Amino acid sequence: MEDTIVAIATPLGEGSIGVVRISGPEAIAVGRRVFQPKVNQDWYIKENYKLVYGHVVEPDSREIIDEVLLSVMRGPRSFTAEDVVEISCHGGIVPLRRVLEVVLRQGARLAEPGEFSKRAFVNGRLDLAQAESIIDIIRAKTDAGAKIAMSQLGGKLSEKVHGLQNELLGLLAKIEAFIDFPEDDIPEATLEEMAHRCNGLLIVIEQLLESADTGKVYREGLRTVIVGKPNVGKSSLLNALLREQRAIVTDIPGTTRDVIEEVLNIKGVPLKIIDTAGLRETQDLVEKLGVERSRQLLNQADLVLLVLDASTGLSEDDLNVINLIKDKKVLVLINKVDIADNTIETDQLKQLIGYSDVLEISAQKDIGLDRLEQSILDLVFQGKITAADNVLVSNSRHKHALERAKQHLLEAGRGMQQSVPPDLVSIDLKSAWEILGEITGNTVTEDLIDRIFADFCIGK
Amino acid sequence: MRYHAGDYDVIVVGAGHAGCEAALASARMGCKTLVLTLNLDNVALMPCNPAVGGPAKSHLVKEIDALGGQMGLNTDLTAIQMRMLNTGKGPAVHALRAQADKVRYQQLMKKTLESQENLDIKQLLVEEILVKNGRVAGVTTHIGAAFSARAVVVTTGTYLKGRIIIGNVHFPGGPNSQFPSMNLSDSLRNLGLELGRFKTGTPARVDRRTVDFSKMTIQPGDEQLHNFSFISPVTHREQVPCWLTYTSEKTHQIIRDNLHRSPLYSGIIEGVGPRYCPSIEDKVVRFVDKPQHQIFVEPEGLSTYEMYVQGMSTSLPPDVQMEMLRSVPGLEQVEIMRPGYAIEYDYVVPTQLKATLETKTIPGLYTAGQINGTSGYEEAAAQGIMAGINAALQVKEQEPFTLSRAEAYIGVLIDDLVTKGTNEPYRLMTARAEYRLLLRQDNADHRLTQKGYEIGLVSEARYEHYMKKWQAISDEMDRLKTVVIPADEETNALLRELNSSEISQPTPALNLLRRPEINYKFLMKLADEFTPLPDEVIEEVDIKIKYEGYIKKQLAQVERFEKLEGRKLREDIDYKSIKGLSVEARQKLDKFKPSSIGQASRISGVSPADISVLLIWLEQERRQAAGGE
Repeated sequence: MEDTIVAIATPLGEGSIGVVRISGPEAIAVGRRVFQPKVNQDWYIKENYKLVYGHVVEPDSREIIDEVLLSVMRGPRSFTAEDVVEISCHGGIVPLRRVLEVVLRQGARLAEPGEFSKRAFVNGRLDLAQAESIIDIIRAKTDAGAKIAMSQLGGKLSEKVHGLQNELLGLLAKIEAFIDFPEDDIPEATLEEMAHRCNGLLIVIEQLLESADTGKVYREGLRTVIVGKPNVGKSSLLNALLREQRAIVTDIPGTTRDVIEEVLNIKGVPLKIIDTAGLRETQDLVEKLGVERSRQLLNQADLVLLVLDASTGLSEDDLNVINLIKDKKVLVLINKVDIADNTIETDQLKQLIGYSDVLEISAQKDIGLDRLEQSILDLVFQGKITAADNVLVSNSRHKHALERAKQHLLEAGRGMQQSVPPDLVSIDLKSAWEILGEITGNTVTEDLIDRIFADFCIGK
Repeated sequence: MRYHAGDYDVIVVGAGHAGCEAALASARMGCKTLVLTLNLDNVALMPCNPAVGGPAKSHLVKEIDALGGQMGLNTDLTAIQMRMLNTGKGPAVHALRAQADKVRYQQLMKKTLESQENLDIKQLLVEEILVKNGRVAGVTTHIGAAFSARAVVVTTGTYLKGRIIIGNVHFPGGPNSQFPSMNLSDSLRNLGLELGRFKTGTPARVDRRTVDFSKMTIQPGDEQLHNFSFISPVTHREQVPCWLTYTSEKTHQIIRDNLHRSPLYSGIIEGVGPRYCPSIEDKVVRFVDKPQHQIFVEPEGLSTYEMYVQGMSTSLPPDVQMEMLRSVPGLEQVEIMRPGYAIEYDYVVPTQLKATLETKTIPGLYTAGQINGTSGYEEAAAQGIMAGINAALQVKEQEPFTLSRAEAYIGVLIDDLVTKGTNEPYRLMTARAEYRLLLRQDNADHRLTQKGYEIGLVSEARYEHYMKKWQAISDEMDRLKTVVIPADEETNALLRELNSSEISQPTPALNLLRRPEINYKFLMKLADEFTPLPDEVIEEVDIKIKYEGYIKKQLAQVERFEKLEGRKLREDIDYKSIKGLSVEARQKLDKFKPSSIGQASRISGVSPADISVLLIWLEQERRQAAGGE
């Protein structure tokens, strides 16, 4: 319960600053490992309620991650009534994620949704009226979040982790059967075999972790491209989805001169949404560059959101765009239904485009966006769209779990090298197995017992 | 005609391994105790294998002993062979296994019960548990004698509606063709307890004079003396070997040809059997590729020619049993003295129990042993001592006594039973313990003797021995910090002999002892300042220093575990009224009424989010109780 937790405390998106908050008994110790102050070298002893200037660094390489302001609030006089360290870094997803990850690697655990509030409440910092809303947050997370996270990207991560768990379980069963039934004619798990299998597991985990490298995930997420003729409302749509002004939105066609990328998290599914410059033939050089890039992006897209204008019907421009996306998975969004009746024939569209679903929306008035999000989720979960194969781990919680599992496997490997008895090596193997279970949501001791009896003929 | 036959504090129904420990514990804690058994000649009967111990089971025996129980001493005094298993593995899984002389084991245990102050033992078949005003009041017996009691511990093993099955023949019976107890399970059911049905089995006993040992491999005991008890008086033991042979392809063919005659496959047997103790027919069917299975032929005692055929548990008809036994090398001429059989019996679904083994619905009524769905003498005895202790504590109006998963295998066993239940006869395994390295055989006294002393079960003599031993360990650990090994040629020559790297400067003894290849006894050769210490002290010093890193790791895990165990949940919580719990969690929590957040978290269907909700709810409640905000 009272371990040390961390999370990004400010809303994701492009702000000028963002805050990473750490809370728990190790908060100051963790802060000390990742923070290199400019002056105040003894901040962790002396300071309280004061900003300290410095850098967040990678503890091993001393590589600078970001320039930050750090503050310490010692418990019980803090939000959670525990020791709290807040790191104010540059805004934007990348610096925040990198700071978060460096903190996670120092032993803090990623906070559950609502967990800071939960601690604040349990420690007497919030009043009763707030308790129910905390319960709601936690509940919402289990009912939707956990399952959705598991179906993430077509369930591939789940599949991989299940594979790892299964292999670990087999190895553990072999070790445990040999321990619990020493006279039962059971093949011994030799050091060589254990080391070999352990290495195999490590290779897979490392591959998964590699795919989880922040930059990569956000470059190669589930690529969703928004297309449509100029001024049809693509940027408005993106903004509506992001609930904030990010791209420039005007009434003049062609003002979105470059490609804008945003990462959107729809109930646990990370989407990389790409707003293209207006796709049309043009003589403007700058704009032409944008159009060319849009075409390239389309080729790599996992999902296309085609935006049409309800007020104008299908135009020549629209047909040109449709021509480019014929063989893509497409959601057709008929925009501006708040100002005009839809005049576009759905049947006609379906003939033009291979797979499509048609939704009526208004990006300006926030109409139909829930249905859009749901449709995207449906496509993902029904396996109709999948992301690039090497992007499996996109969630910090999962990544952190994999990191911890990896540490335990390395530890088990070291034990094997030193000829530590198998019953001790199994402590780390079991921990690794349990941690992987945090991703797939299943770690039951009974599974191990079942496996022992399934794999070995026991019964002296 | 019912008549009043006596008043007791605690009545124990059954005198098997659970009953004996329960009765002795209760009587030793000062309660007037009565044991009722349906056959006085079967006190501490071993109806299955003639062995005590093995992985996790030896741990239980040592724990029972450390608490002041009897099983360890009784085994030490009657064993005809002892072996330490798993010596090639870490200290946590070293496991002592004894071959007991069944007859002597029974005789000595019976005499111990008879000699125990505060303890009466009578041959009577209990028919009904009496309940008055919602709590247990006593028992009645088949001849009408009724006894009153403030607590009753039911330890009836596999006798409840027992049914013996051999081939297509089946008849009511307890183990070893004893009388079954037909009415008591109805009485329990009438009290509202849910019963289930399990099955187990045992192999044939054969005549030693018809066995050809020349075709088998001898399995002698260890030369080194071992004992279960921390205060064992045994200093020398004559040992008798066991014998190892294997089934042949012919054995498997005979089994396959006769499968249709097995009650397991014909549907006569309905109860669920244990996977760790399958019948030979099960093994042959499930592991088709295995060309042979091990068979251990073990003596049942010094006063009999009967031998136990370990690994050949079966319920096939006697003629098939004979044919298949005779297909095993060394058993070609064998004569069966008692055929193998399967037995089906009622058990009490153990999730109806508290961690004290008291039923949740009938105060004062406890169940322990095989009646709770376990198997094994050791598992039974462990529950017996805990139920006996708690029955006595209740009578004395003292706080209940429970052990956690981090304190003892007993804790793992009971928590598994009452929290998760079981769908086969439950056997303890070291793999079930999360903190195995801390729950070793060698430190069972360190974990439990102080507690046993505090509840009044551990004798002064045992307590004194324990204090002295652990003082010596602590002193020696301190002393070793000051011992420095000289970096001379003599030292380095010895290190070379051991393939251990040489030292170039004087080195603390403690550092050398951390090397995997160096043990305490070797260290004694390197320095002069060593006085002889008892083996049990040396062993402990070795383990504590060598495995320090792993021990610390497990202690950290335990710390996390204990935080959740420490958050207690009242029995009268209305889980249905707690907003935010999942439907499944609500039902399970309502049914199980866990005693702590930790226990709740181990109930299947209760998710981490449900636990968070419970924690918040607890805090809400606490504040409302404190006056609200």
